[in-house]
Amino acid sequence: MGRYLLRRTAFLLASLLLAASLLFVLLRLLPGDPSNALVSVGATPEQLAAARRQIGSDLPLPEQFASWLGGLARLDLGTSFVSKLPVGSEIAARLSVTVPLTLLAFALAVMVALPVGFLAAWRSDRWYGPLLNGVAQLGVAVPVFWIGMLLVTVFALRLRMLPAGGFPREDWAEPGRALTSLLLPVVTIALVMSASLIRYVRSATVDVLGSDFLRTARAMGESFGGAMWRHGLRNASVPVISILGIELATTFLGAVVVESVFTLPGLGTLLIKGIAEHDYPVIQGVLVVSTLAVLLIGFAADVVQRLVDPRLRAHVGGGRP
Amino acid sequence: MNSKLAGVVAALVLALAACGSGQEGPAGGGTATPDASAVIEIGSLYEPQNLDNTAGGGQGVTEAFNGNVYEGLFRLTDAGKVDNLLAKGYEVADDGLTYTFELREGVKFHSGKALTPADVKHSIERVTAEDSQSARKSSLEAIESVETPDDGTVVVKLAHRSVSLVYNLTYVWIVNADAEDLATAEDGTGPYELGAWKRGSTLSLDRFPGYWGTPPANNGVVFHYFTDATALNNALLTNAVDIVTSQQSPDALAQFTGNPDYKVSEGHSTTKLLLAFNDRKAPFDKPLVRKAVSSAIDDAKLLESIWAGHGSLIGSMVPPTDPWYEDLTKVNPYDVELAKRQLAEAGYAKGFRFTLDTPNYDPHPTAAAFIKSELAKVGITVDINVITADEWYSKVYKNHDFAATLQEHVNDRDVVWYGDPGFYWGYDDKQVSEWIKDAERAKTPEEQTELLKKANRRIAEDAAGDWLYLYPQIVVAASNVSGYPVNGLNSQFYAYGIKKS
Repeated sequence: MGRYLLRRTAFLLASLLLAASLLFVLLRLLPGDPSNALVSVGATPEQLAAARRQIGSDLPLPEQFASWLGGLARLDLGTSFVSKLPVGSEIAARLSVTVPLTLLAFALAVMVALPVGFLAAWRSDRWYGPLLNGVAQLGVAVPVFWIGMLLVTVFALRLRMLPAGGFPREDWAEPGRALTSLLLPVVTIALVMSASLIRYVRSATVDVLGSDFLRTARAMGESFGGAMWRHGLRNASVPVISILGIELATTFLGAVVVESVFTLPGLGTLLIKGIAEHDYPVIQGVLVVSTLAVLLIGFAADVVQRLVDPRLRAHVGGGRP
Repeated sequence: MNSKLAGVVAALVLALAACGSGQEGPAGGGTATPDASAVIEIGSLYEPQNLDNTAGGGQGVTEAFNGNVYEGLFRLTDAGKVDNLLAKGYEVADDGLTYTFELREGVKFHSGKALTPADVKHSIERVTAEDSQSARKSSLEAIESVETPDDGTVVVKLAHRSVSLVYNLTYVWIVNADAEDLATAEDGTGPYELGAWKRGSTLSLDRFPGYWGTPPANNGVVFHYFTDATALNNALLTNAVDIVTSQQSPDALAQFTGNPDYKVSEGHSTTKLLLAFNDRKAPFDKPLVRKAVSSAIDDAKLLESIWAGHGSLIGSMVPPTDPWYEDLTKVNPYDVELAKRQLAEAGYAKGFRFTLDTPNYDPHPTAAAFIKSELAKVGITVDINVITADEWYSKVYKNHDFAATLQEHVNDRDVVWYGDPGFYWGYDDKQVSEWIKDAERAKTPEEQTELLKKANRRIAEDAAGDWLYLYPQIVVAASNVSGYPVNGLNSQFYAYGIKKS
């Protein structure tokens, strides 16, 4: 396990470096000029040149690249061209919204999807099995922003039970209010995420239910519940865990849509603003942090899978898992 | 996605409003007494980019900070009048080249330091500095030097007369010369000091206890920033905000007008929607072609379809709040037959084809589609090219690589750009440039007004651009809120008079 962890860490750092370099190059290939965000109609050519000088976008690209990588090595993500604030602290502030949003939505989706998916497979011969499956199919097809707007219309505008958007300026100093403003966004994401999870859980359960090992366990005298608990769930969870990892990462990245609908000051809205303003340090910072998060989630899912399934551990000497 | 999304939500919201909700709306105004301990929650679409108006802070920082956090030597009131503020008064030498400003006593910065003439000198010089990004830099180009002869006086020397100097000084924030960081912090003399700025969300202003003047009528304000008008209106509907600084969603107005819980005020705006031609290049180098295009477009119908009865037609670059305003809508009237005759006379009887660079945000795409269908009636084919704001700056503004474009121009007194042949639209008329130059060097405001009227008339007759309409400035507030500015001239929003009961 020690060698495995070491190798995974090296792989992670290499991926991060590659992503950072790609990001830098791709951003510079886009048309547009970051100094445009700083000037207004009426700016003279001298003012435009001064704006470029101020933010350093007039420097040669290799020089800009070296200073960006150098900063990254010191965990310094630089300063925003536009807001003049350190990108690191801006991202940290945004993570205090996006991370709870993602994790709560994820937890809720898993709590819904596991029993429902299992039920849909186990009771596929009853009327509600196919119904649950059908509802899940439908859920996958519905765009997340539409669900968000629907919830706003019903619970905020019509019933006046919950805020239509925004995040309290006291942040988490008032946990009650912070949670209240995250409730609708969390439910929005969880609805969509659980719809796709239900389908995975269902198909993994269907596989296990028809498996030889489960029949053998029953034949050896175990009850259905016992056999399912000792053998079924463990086997079904291996594919589900890797899907969970992917779903968690997707949610983290996809939070941008929900953050926009609910005007949440999260990482996604920071990224959108950064892109609109060609604020390279902000875009690079957000994407590097997101890349790191996705890599870490993949890493964690991998480790959990190994803990659950001894067969994966046995292969550790061989090729990449 | 945004506009579609907005449309859907607006439709849903309208349907619900029709069902008759709003029972929990704010209490009816008028009867209750103002509450000086109330904090006013303000909703806005314009978040500052940073906190420095000489370093790209943008429209948002003007809205939040002008008059609230920072003060100038003079104040442009919501009614458009220039009042003394940090200056108690001033004198002008007979040659018009020396202005002596007497400073108000007892003024303190938020950091506690007393205001000195050195701060004023520093503040003016940071706007005129070489690396200044201030949009007002060029309007102060006449300033040659700023001197501080004693503790209470500032003397400004000019290279030539500048009749608008005092007016232009209303935009110059007086900052503490010792302040180190004005992009993420502030040090002004205004009635409020910055509480906290949570980027992407809120900016709060707290009462400044050491303020020299009348303390604010409220206990502070919080600006809540939104990126889309629908979310902003939802916040107003759910009482998350008390007031919206500038309503930009005409479709959403219906849910507030006629609702006793809200008050809708229409004031004067300075924002004009322009169809700007590249006057350097064929076919728009011919005034006759530009006139024909102007006459072929029914501006009244466009305004009606976008703003449903709000806003106005002005027929030139000059809004009614500028002293040299004249109704010039008759200069190039809507007349399709006239347009056809003019096109034929200019040698384009069969019409022509051009690309219209259209910023991707409202109302430009809607206006572009309308213009396309109007011009088709006189044989002109329009190719709509939708671009981002950033592309617009690079392609149109800097490189002048365009045939025609749509753009909103927000400032007052900006007809003077037609005097600069290097400006993006490339209008070049020696006489107009001279009039505009002489107007700023005029001895009296009357003389200035006369010259700018002449220039504006000539610009309109040449159809240097097509001024489609003047935006409305609409403030929507809960009806228990009063004392707010309704004109928002140049994006200012004085918050100190707002009361909530």
